[in-house]
Amino acid sequence: MAAPRVRNISVTLASRPVLPRHAKLRFDETRQRWVILAPERVLAPDEIAVEVLQLCDGVRSVDQMVDLLAIKYAADHAAIGTDVIAMLQDLADKGFLVEAREKSA
Amino acid sequence: MSPTLTDAAPLPDNATDGLSILESRKSAAETFGIPLAVLAELTHRCPLQCPYCSNPVELERNSSELTTAEWKKVLSELAEIGVLQIHFSGGEPTARKDLVELVQHASDVGLYSNLITSAVLLTRDKLKALADAGLCHVQISFQGNEPLIADRVAGLKNAHDKKIEVARWTRELDLPLTVNAVMHRQNLHQLSDIIQMAVDLDADRLEVANVQYYGWALKNRAALMPTLEQIEETSRIVEEAEVRLKGVLAIDYVVPDYYALRPKKCMGGWGRQFFNISPAGKILPCHAAETITGLDFLSVRSNHSIAWIWQNSEAFNRYRGTGWMPEPCQSCEFKEVDFGGCRCQAFALTGDAGNTDPACTLSPMHEQIFKTAEAEARGGGDRFIYRNFAGGTLEPGGDHDT
Repeated sequence: MAAPRVRNISVTLASRPVLPRHAKLRFDETRQRWVILAPERVLAPDEIAVEVLQLCDGVRSVDQMVDLLAIKYAADHAAIGTDVIAMLQDLADKGFLVEAREKSA
Repeated sequence: MSPTLTDAAPLPDNATDGLSILESRKSAAETFGIPLAVLAELTHRCPLQCPYCSNPVELERNSSELTTAEWKKVLSELAEIGVLQIHFSGGEPTARKDLVELVQHASDVGLYSNLITSAVLLTRDKLKALADAGLCHVQISFQGNEPLIADRVAGLKNAHDKKIEVARWTRELDLPLTVNAVMHRQNLHQLSDIIQMAVDLDADRLEVANVQYYGWALKNRAALMPTLEQIEETSRIVEEAEVRLKGVLAIDYVVPDYYALRPKKCMGGWGRQFFNISPAGKILPCHAAETITGLDFLSVRSNHSIAWIWQNSEAFNRYRGTGWMPEPCQSCEFKEVDFGGCRCQAFALTGDAGNTDPACTLSPMHEQIFKTAEAEARGGGDRFIYRNFAGGTLEPGGDHDT
């Protein structure tokens, strides 16, 4: 019986990443900062990571996310794309992102 | 390393320590922010009888347990003061009929919930109900990699097969799984197979936890203490597996104190970043703290808030920070690294919780406990004293004596 979650996903512009159900991004009112809650761990993403993670809804592709960020920061699509993919890949390697298509598997 | 995602751990070797980033104060040693995670021991009832159980030898009876309404109030209060994660533990937390209701309440107030379970009481429907109530993570204890040893250690027939079944359901329900394996002389030879079992079960994490000798485990020390050769082999196996399984299975390894050179940073320091709540509602610096006599631990049933008890109660402040330390700890350069090790162990082995933890080479008792460990590992019998409400029962028969 295959698990719906796949580890070690490879992030590309076509990926539609989303946080797995066991990783929760939320604002910690007490400490006034964003955290990712995970099994036995609490992680503290920086502002840029939070902004990108908030775009990861399992519907948007990475390409569409980069479009939004490129407009917002009036920056080059290709340059932002490289940074965003590297960041998302790092999160995926740590088990904090899955591909949306796997949800229906 | 990514600069964008920082693990909230101040020390790379302690992944559960969440203070450094989430507490922007000058010295973590001198300030006591509300812990990120709290352990709720819902009950001491358990169908297993493991001889190393971390519960106190004097178990709380059913009648003294907090009610559903009391636990819900506690969960709300914890969320309100800034706790982020709740670990539902025991005893066996699924022995509480209200567990689904409590998990749902934790979700409602925004707590991330972990279930720490022996798994043997779970049905698939019950696990599904827990998942639907918002349970975020399941940790299942294993006593070995096959029924012969595992069921004997647990003191329960068919326990191992049931655990395997529940672990599979856990992953089918897309819940992350941690396998917790408590290791000792009588099962350490199975470690490689246990690691493979965790991989086969599609676990995310494996805790390889050598027995810590307080309470029930102290009673059973002679039957559990590994040999030095076993510990050396264990370290080798864990190191090899960590490299081989990078990205597949995360392994947390706890070494046995008696063979250590330096004491562990027990609980991250007394009253520094963790507390647990006993079945009767006492707020404790660690699950073994009640073994220390002479400390008065306040309850959620008292007139004080949980935050007040954490910050102000005498029991928490007694061994907090570094001011209480005697020599050789006081002038030790590592005093803010290990915070003096474990108070329960100091009490159990020296009779005074304020003494240097004998796990430290600087303790005058270190050589003695090392020799005790070696002697018991070689000469101790293998029969267990099983954990129960009657104060323990010796394993029948002489089959397991060496």
